[in-house]
Amino acid sequence: MPSTPPPVDDVLAALAEQFGDLPSSVFRGQTRVVVPESSSHEVLSLLKERGFDLLVDISCVDYLDYREPPMEMAACAGHRYGLVYLLASTVTNQRLTIRVFVDDPEPTVQSVVSLWKAANWLEREVWDLFGICFAGHPDLRRLVMPEEFTAHPLRKDYPLQGRGERHNFPVITRHES
Amino acid sequence: MSIAPPRFESVEIPEAATRSEDYLWTLNFGPQHPATHTTLRLVLKLEGERVVDALPEMGYLHSGFEKIGEHLTYNQYVTVTDRMNYISPMANNVAWHHAVETLLGIELTPRCKVIRTIIAELARISDHLLCNGAVGLDTGAFTFFLYAFYQREVIYDIFETLCGARFTNSYTRVGGLSQDMTPLVIEKIRSFVKTFPKTIDDMERLLTRNRIFVDRTKGVGVLSTEEAISRGATGPVARASGVTRDLRRDEPYLAYADYDFQICCAAAGDCYARYLVRMQEMRESLKIVAQAVENLPEGPINVGIDQRTALPTKQQVYSTIEGTISHFELSMSNRGFEVPCEESYAAIEAPNGELGFYLAGDGNETAYRARCRPPSVLHYALFPHLIRGHTLSDVVAVLGSLNIIAAELDR
Repeated sequence: MPSTPPPVDDVLAALAEQFGDLPSSVFRGQTRVVVPESSSHEVLSLLKERGFDLLVDISCVDYLDYREPPMEMAACAGHRYGLVYLLASTVTNQRLTIRVFVDDPEPTVQSVVSLWKAANWLEREVWDLFGICFAGHPDLRRLVMPEEFTAHPLRKDYPLQGRGERHNFPVITRHES
Repeated sequence: MSIAPPRFESVEIPEAATRSEDYLWTLNFGPQHPATHTTLRLVLKLEGERVVDALPEMGYLHSGFEKIGEHLTYNQYVTVTDRMNYISPMANNVAWHHAVETLLGIELTPRCKVIRTIIAELARISDHLLCNGAVGLDTGAFTFFLYAFYQREVIYDIFETLCGARFTNSYTRVGGLSQDMTPLVIEKIRSFVKTFPKTIDDMERLLTRNRIFVDRTKGVGVLSTEEAISRGATGPVARASGVTRDLRRDEPYLAYADYDFQICCAAAGDCYARYLVRMQEMRESLKIVAQAVENLPEGPINVGIDQRTALPTKQQVYSTIEGTISHFELSMSNRGFEVPCEESYAAIEAPNGELGFYLAGDGNETAYRARCRPPSVLHYALFPHLIRGHTLSDVVAVLGSLNIIAAELDR
């Protein structure tokens, strides 16, 4: 029958041992750890070894016009993009959220496709919609937007109504097909 | 950064064609094809009838739901979630407001929890009916599909009686529901609980031991346990591969902790196992519905006025000052919810797998970011792995057994 998953304290301790003090907080029972971009791949591979075998999601938040520091943590203030790695364990059912902050002009993080194959399309989607480059990704193409598209539409400086890209879509007529 | 041209994950050239790739030819499948059900596109590399590699393409139905989520209020956006997985919109409604209530820290009333459990399970049954029905249809069992679809109609009828909409229900609200469950709805659910097992028996008799169907699906599209976890599969697809993960048991939300039900798993990981898992899950869902509808708690469906999220009843609006104030404030654009400047993720076990929303609140009545974690994306990414080495006719069987809904895939 259902039992609450064990706390993730030992995992946090193991992270602190190897990477020093990483800022973390808990909200509604969810533990978030902020990891510097330079060591994100090492942290995630350590977490995978420690039992977080399921990569639930990779997404991103653009904090361009966010008034407060993200997640009310001073350590995250001033950054533009906050990547979200949602990890879970299929054995213990623990969950852990890893946040990695990156900035313009060339937001780049290490790809984690080598750790979880699920990251392949998730990273492509983040690249497509936010323009965050994943170094080491085997096939970094747009996922949902057409290939000719030049903008990254989920960035906050991209308007809801679009900028008339629709007129620039290539059209194949019956005559030339 | 320039965009790299599309390329196949691993084209292993068959021995017969080592001198050149002359024997390989490329077939475009979709985006408009009856067996893709929606707008999916596959580029298949074929050697004769054998699929050497496949390149799934998506985005033909991309409508920017996540961008819209940053511009609609928490209550308005539920109409958009209907249109994500339109096979089971109720489950999406429940998932969205489960995430919103997690962010806001709202504890639902017992009656609301049970009603949401019932509709989520009915949605699961209707989703599995369509998925399995379509697998049957794609592999040539048309009658089976009609049996399945007739029961979906019964569930539509229940939903229509419940909230007035058959298809796009938009039934949940922050902190409650749009309507209470009437005795007529309860009566209809009871009669569904009575009649449905007979249909499911008929369906199993039609297909489960059908030689043609078994030959078409057994051993096709095998997904191992390790691959299922590594590739992020969830829901029936993962459970058919031996991953015993079900959020209803592992992270009990709503009222699931109170009910007695089994988690259905299989070890084979092929299309046939996915079919069996879905068949069995319908029976388990029906068990949950039967238990829930007989133990429906009395009481309000919405949280109290003090929570300031759900609209008060007309009785409260007309006879109490708190009700009047709350009603006005919730209808005004600059009042309403108090949302923390925080972020949270909450997921439910949707029919297709883990459906979660990552929400970032910034104090406004619209979400700052509303990320949807759709199970279909990760399942569609599985496709090349599953189809390699099988024949062209297996493409539809594998595609059907993954139950990819393009509206949820592309959002």
